[in-house]
Amino acid sequence: MSDRKWIIAGIIVFVALVAFPFWFNLGKAAPAPELKLTERAKTANDGKCVMPTEYMRAEHMQLLDLWRHSVVRNAKRTFVNTSGKEFNMSLSNTCLDCHSNKADFCDKCHEYASVRPYCWDCHIDNPKETE
Amino acid sequence: MENSRRRFLKLAGISALGLTTKPVFNAFAVEHGENPEVTVKRGGDALQAKQWAMVIDTRKLETSEDLEPIIEACHHAHNVPELSDKRHEIKWIWEEHYHHAFPNKAQKFMDERIEHLPFLVLCNHCENPPCCRACPTKATFKRESDGIVLMDFHRCIGCRFCMAACPYGSRSFNFRDPRPFIKEQNKEFPTRMRGVVEKCNFCAERLAVGKMPACVEVSDGAIAFGDLYDPDSEVRELLRTNYTIRRKQSLGTEPSVYYIV
Repeated sequence: MSDRKWIIAGIIVFVALVAFPFWFNLGKAAPAPELKLTERAKTANDGKCVMPTEYMRAEHMQLLDLWRHSVVRNAKRTFVNTSGKEFNMSLSNTCLDCHSNKADFCDKCHEYASVRPYCWDCHIDNPKETE
Repeated sequence: MENSRRRFLKLAGISALGLTTKPVFNAFAVEHGENPEVTVKRGGDALQAKQWAMVIDTRKLETSEDLEPIIEACHHAHNVPELSDKRHEIKWIWEEHYHHAFPNKAQKFMDERIEHLPFLVLCNHCENPPCCRACPTKATFKRESDGIVLMDFHRCIGCRFCMAACPYGSRSFNFRDPRPFIKEQNKEFPTRMRGVVEKCNFCAERLAVGKMPACVEVSDGAIAFGDLYDPDSEVRELLRTNYTIRRKQSLGTEPSVYYIV
């Protein structure tokens, strides 16, 4: 019991060190990025994406995964959404047709969330962009 | 038992606690729930066949100049890079000498026309493709719906087993990032990345919108394309009325590209 003060002091130092990243960065969190929609994204299809915005925000990766599997492996290239509207399942030719601002639309959030999708290694961004 | 009342209360407490986990499970269930009511389907214009096949009339393709626009059209449509180093070369459709294209049909003394004729060669979209059996990730597969041997570049791990398995040399490996070597990008078709294998896809993306393959379109009638199992198709008509040969037929891969010689 004679080492009590050392043990307690040690625990305090240990906890402080382990928690360092938390208290050091307290209040310094980067603000969530704000998405910029292009004019076309706001107006095309009454400003509705292929699925409701909430769904797209949370599940766009699952949707893209379904698209890629369906197009590449099953030769089915037409997507019919919940309201019966048809879309060509293509990242470059459909998604980016409206969301032609990849840097402001895709990259901003991906960077914030620290995810690095490898879509753009092959798929061409901004197919309609004219320099 | 003496403490049965105490035990009962304990169990009841734990059970009540257990009930509170339900909302948590619900939340998880929602997050990974099924897709809402959506469907996928084939486009209305899509061309369909049991097994796509090609008949190349070499009588109409006599010189390298005849082949060039065909190769160019394909390579432009699919963003095939042009690498000058032969070891890094990427090719979907290319010119080959008879002795290399048909090694087991080469004679000691040959018809002079055939011997010097440039042959247009590409992936044969075999009915029994050895590449698909070699692929450990099923990145290359024979599409059940129309018999095209396709690549799923997302899945390719670049092991090159398929290249070793293919008896026709139809596959190329991206040793380098191909993007800087694409002369003029076709923005509607993706490029590839370093470390994947690629090959001819019988223009699956064009068939899906009702167009003939790019090479067929620019060949000016020298290349016919159609369903091998439709007795009334153009290719079957040509096969009925002409003597045709296939590459390395004895291997049993059943190539779907026929040559009228």
